[in-house]
Amino acid sequence: MNPVVELEDIWVHFEDKSILEGINLVVKENDFLGIIGPNGGGKTTLLKVVLGLIKPNKGEVKVFGDHPKKTRKHIGYVPQIRRFDLEFPATVWDVVATGRLGHNKLFNNYDYQDKEIVKETLEKVNMIRFKDEAIGKLSGGERQRVFIARALASEPKMLLLDEPTASVDKELDTKFWEFLNELKKRITIILVTHDISAVSVYVDKIACLNRKLYYQGTKEITPEIWSETYKCPVEMIAHGIPHRVVKEHK
Amino acid sequence: MIEALQYEFMRNALIAGLLASVACGVVGSYIVIKRIVFISGGISHASFGGIGLGYYLGINPILGAVFFSIASAMGIGIISKKAAKREDTAIAILWSLGMALGILFISLTPGYAPDLFSYLFGNILTVPRSDLILMAILDIVIIGMVFALYKELLAISFDEEFASIVGVPVNQLYLLILCLAALTVVVLIRIVGVILVIALLTIPAAISEQYTHNMKKIMFYAVILGAFFTFTGLWFSYIFDLPSGATIILISGIGFFTASLLKTMRNRNFVISSKS
Repeated sequence: MNPVVELEDIWVHFEDKSILEGINLVVKENDFLGIIGPNGGGKTTLLKVVLGLIKPNKGEVKVFGDHPKKTRKHIGYVPQIRRFDLEFPATVWDVVATGRLGHNKLFNNYDYQDKEIVKETLEKVNMIRFKDEAIGKLSGGERQRVFIARALASEPKMLLLDEPTASVDKELDTKFWEFLNELKKRITIILVTHDISAVSVYVDKIACLNRKLYYQGTKEITPEIWSETYKCPVEMIAHGIPHRVVKEHK
Repeated sequence: MIEALQYEFMRNALIAGLLASVACGVVGSYIVIKRIVFISGGISHASFGGIGLGYYLGINPILGAVFFSIASAMGIGIISKKAAKREDTAIAILWSLGMALGILFISLTPGYAPDLFSYLFGNILTVPRSDLILMAILDIVIIGMVFALYKELLAISFDEEFASIVGVPVNQLYLLILCLAALTVVVLIRIVGVILVIALLTIPAAISEQYTHNMKKIMFYAVILGAFFTFTGLWFSYIFDLPSGATIILISGIGFFTASLLKTMRNRNFVISSKS
């Protein structure tokens, strides 16, 4: 398996505040990696480093073997939805179509293929009947699916999801994971979330992030890593975790 | 009103109003949805420096304004991208520097500056034919750009980050939007003056934005509303002998509050009727 993302000793700080400290991470082709950690632990920053949107103060980033600015057009990014202007005048179709802009030359209109792909991705996330709806009129879960469709419309080789389940309603939740499970057969997926219950059985590997990254290349987290990440004893969180990411401890 | 049309200045005024509405409707829509109203205010005030320079050099002040507004658009654009903090401070500094330069240039110019007031507050009745041609050219440039780059401009207005990931030249297009705003300011200076420009840039778009979520329709309605406000304002100022720029803005302001009120009432009716 080829490495898709290679991070080597990444340090990021804004002014005096340190955000990421010495991150090393290799993500391989068709991995489905879940990164969990508390709010403010640097999860979004890490994704933005991979996307080349944030230049680390120190360290080397390679995505698909090259500088992320050159290769990020192969990444589908699903940002957190709370930062959007909900009054914005765009329909669901308009938003998803922007995923096609990288395949489309400046000054040209969307062509037949673009339109077909937009239609297909909207069908895939089950949102085609909303295509003429204003983006601001949707519920949180519906909007989330539109942003996933937008990312998929760019035909990415890797998908980055930032807190994807934060606004997905319970009913949708299972379907969402089944959808990702289907998707991971074809592309690499990295998902970050603060919500441990969101990291489900479908994730292949789990890393913990709280400025430092704890990653063993497996799906298990030792109680030590756990308390390092969340700065509190395992007992407080481990109960009720649906799929036992934390091993039984005595 | 009809008999007024036998005067050339009145015909010119109507044409100027129409040309201005096109620019302010199209570009104003971007300014409103991209929330760069304050930046546009900075550009329009800074362009006064160019008007002063025009007086000083003895050329058409509008040409000076083209130069100054584009330069300040680039300056503000680069500052707002590079300096993450205190962007509004930087804008305010360019805003007032431009005004100060304009005043200095005018005071250095020998003699009396006759229509200075009309550059500050506009006078649609004194638009010369040569300026109409310039306005028409600027309109064509603006419409051509928006037509060619419609989907990219919409994408960067909605989500710059995502647009940059898929490979849209975000920074260049952002500067382009600011330059379009600068050109629109120039088109509008003759009508409402540098100080009142911001009202015509924002009010028509802000009204139509409340009634549709389709960007093309927002632009179209904004152009119609802009034309309606300028013509009505012109008519009132002709009948009651009022300053045209201020009258147009006042009519626009009344239009905005009326539209907002109607919208609120409509929403309230909707809530009541859906409850029963």
